[in-house]
Amino acid sequence: METFLASMVSVAFHGVALGMILYVISVGLSVTMGLMGFANLAHGVFALAGGYILTTSISRFGVPFPLALALAFILVAAGSVVLERLLYSRLYNASDLEQVLFTIGLIFIAVAVARFIYGTLQQPVYLPDYLKGQFPLLGRDFPTYRVFIIVFSAVTVGLLWFGVERTHWGAMVRAAVDNRAMAQSVGINTRRLFTLTFALGSGLAGLGGALGAEIIAIQPTYPFENLVYFLVVVAVGGLGSLRGPFVAALLIGIADTSCKYWLPQYGAFPIYVATIAILLWRPAGLFGRHA
Amino acid sequence: MSAHAGGYSADPGVRRVEWLPWLVALAAFFLLPEYLSLGARILIYILYALSLDLIVGYAGIITLGHSAYFGLGAYVAGILAARVGITDPLVQLVAAGAAGALLGISTGAIILRTRALTLLMLTLAITSVLLEIANKATNLTGGADGLSGVVIAPVLGMFRFDIFGKTAYLYCLVVLLLGWWLVRKIIYSPFGTALTGLRENSLRMHAIGAPVYWRLVLVYTISATLAGVAGGLLTQTNQFVGLNVLSFESAGELLVMLILGGVGRLYGAFIGPLVYLIAQDLLAKQFPEYWYFGIGTMLVLVVMFARGGILGIVDGILGKLRTMR
Repeated sequence: METFLASMVSVAFHGVALGMILYVISVGLSVTMGLMGFANLAHGVFALAGGYILTTSISRFGVPFPLALALAFILVAAGSVVLERLLYSRLYNASDLEQVLFTIGLIFIAVAVARFIYGTLQQPVYLPDYLKGQFPLLGRDFPTYRVFIIVFSAVTVGLLWFGVERTHWGAMVRAAVDNRAMAQSVGINTRRLFTLTFALGSGLAGLGGALGAEIIAIQPTYPFENLVYFLVVVAVGGLGSLRGPFVAALLIGIADTSCKYWLPQYGAFPIYVATIAILLWRPAGLFGRHA
Repeated sequence: MSAHAGGYSADPGVRRVEWLPWLVALAAFFLLPEYLSLGARILIYILYALSLDLIVGYAGIITLGHSAYFGLGAYVAGILAARVGITDPLVQLVAAGAAGALLGISTGAIILRTRALTLLMLTLAITSVLLEIANKATNLTGGADGLSGVVIAPVLGMFRFDIFGKTAYLYCLVVLLLGWWLVRKIIYSPFGTALTGLRENSLRMHAIGAPVYWRLVLVYTISATLAGVAGGLLTQTNQFVGLNVLSFESAGELLVMLILGGVGRLYGAFIGPLVYLIAQDLLAKQFPEYWYFGIGTMLVLVVMFARGGILGIVDGILGKLRTMR
């Protein structure tokens, strides 16, 4: 019984860490899809870029870990603005099919570029000493880095929610998600709002990719392999919502970890079946507003 | 859409230019005997792309999971041949098609109640479930090592599958001809017109009293059947089934072929796989990195500048020539 309890605590802990990472990566996708109606399948590319920026800046340039995390956020956000202005913005009014094909094209390009620069091997993550080892908590030992992931993500999520719920910018974003035409007609510059929000969402994906580099392996096929997970978070959580994907990400993180721990012979099978069941029950996701 | 996007009003007679692909295919059989295995692969992918065009191009259902039906057909044919001992190719093909149809109607009936992202997600999830099953049920499917030992009896008891791929090529050509005939028939029927209507404005189709949901389920099932048959053909010509038939990359590649040829045009599904697979044969093995880079760039460019694909460009040029005259 004691060992079962111990493994329960451990699975829940690792599940929450994975869920936090999934949320930080996917929340931008939820906003992009809810705000701009853009089916951005290439969202994982931003996370991958963040991961590469972190690992490269630490191993090749000796950048300290916190600065490398900040770099992952800033560089990815800046890069995404360029992409949004040059490419994405031309397709806001295109059909879903065209957006899907365009973003699949971006994935192909990103995978090829990543393979060209880094090869097919997984990138090692060099953590600083203060994030290695175990962290004693309530009489148990937890891996320090996972504790850091959970705390850091929780603070980030708190800031994000504060920004969206309490600031002027957040009010504009919520207005535009609810009714873009109305928001525009009361004088909100939705195009600039889109660009800023897109940059923030992509930057968060970069941050999540960097933060989770140790959990979700940084390798060229990353955007393909994890696409299902990011989409599941958004679809199950509900488009354009902040809380929905959070609950969904935690559920998936915990479910995935428990499946791997207790039912390894079934792989990711239970997750997909559960996703299908949830989407049939609530097609707009658990917290989606549009049926 | 273009002039030959189909429709009840369009002339359903087979125009002379429509015989061209078949003449080219026959000519290739006699003139390029050393490329017949590539040729058979192209024919199979044309059938597969036709099935996708029916739902994406005509009915406007966006799917990332069409490989589910193709892969199921491939595995059904393979398992019948290697595990059950049913070696007759036509029986295998019928079984592959039936399996595709069964999965098509059961999944279609569920997922077509949803739209947009949810639909996309569900197609992806269904394929992932199948991939997971194929990966884990190793004593049936061979898992990651693939399913080998596929034995195929002569077609109709007369034509053996030879090592030069002559039988395979002609066999695929005949099956493709039947598939093309069926798809063409559908496109030029009132049902086909209804599908185009659904793609353009499903709300209005509801308003004029069309049974939207059942039309979608029907076309989805037909498409899944054709994809299953195409999968069965792939197993029979390769005499091997690998996990990649079910992968997301394979579904993505198929979409690339279709968009390259031109979506929602019957012959876009012919041109796309032809160009893509020949280019892949020439380039991909030497330069794998550049290959995917090229594919991605091409996709982006096609979406940005040439939404009708190769056939769209040809149409544009022909239209210009006509106005100049």
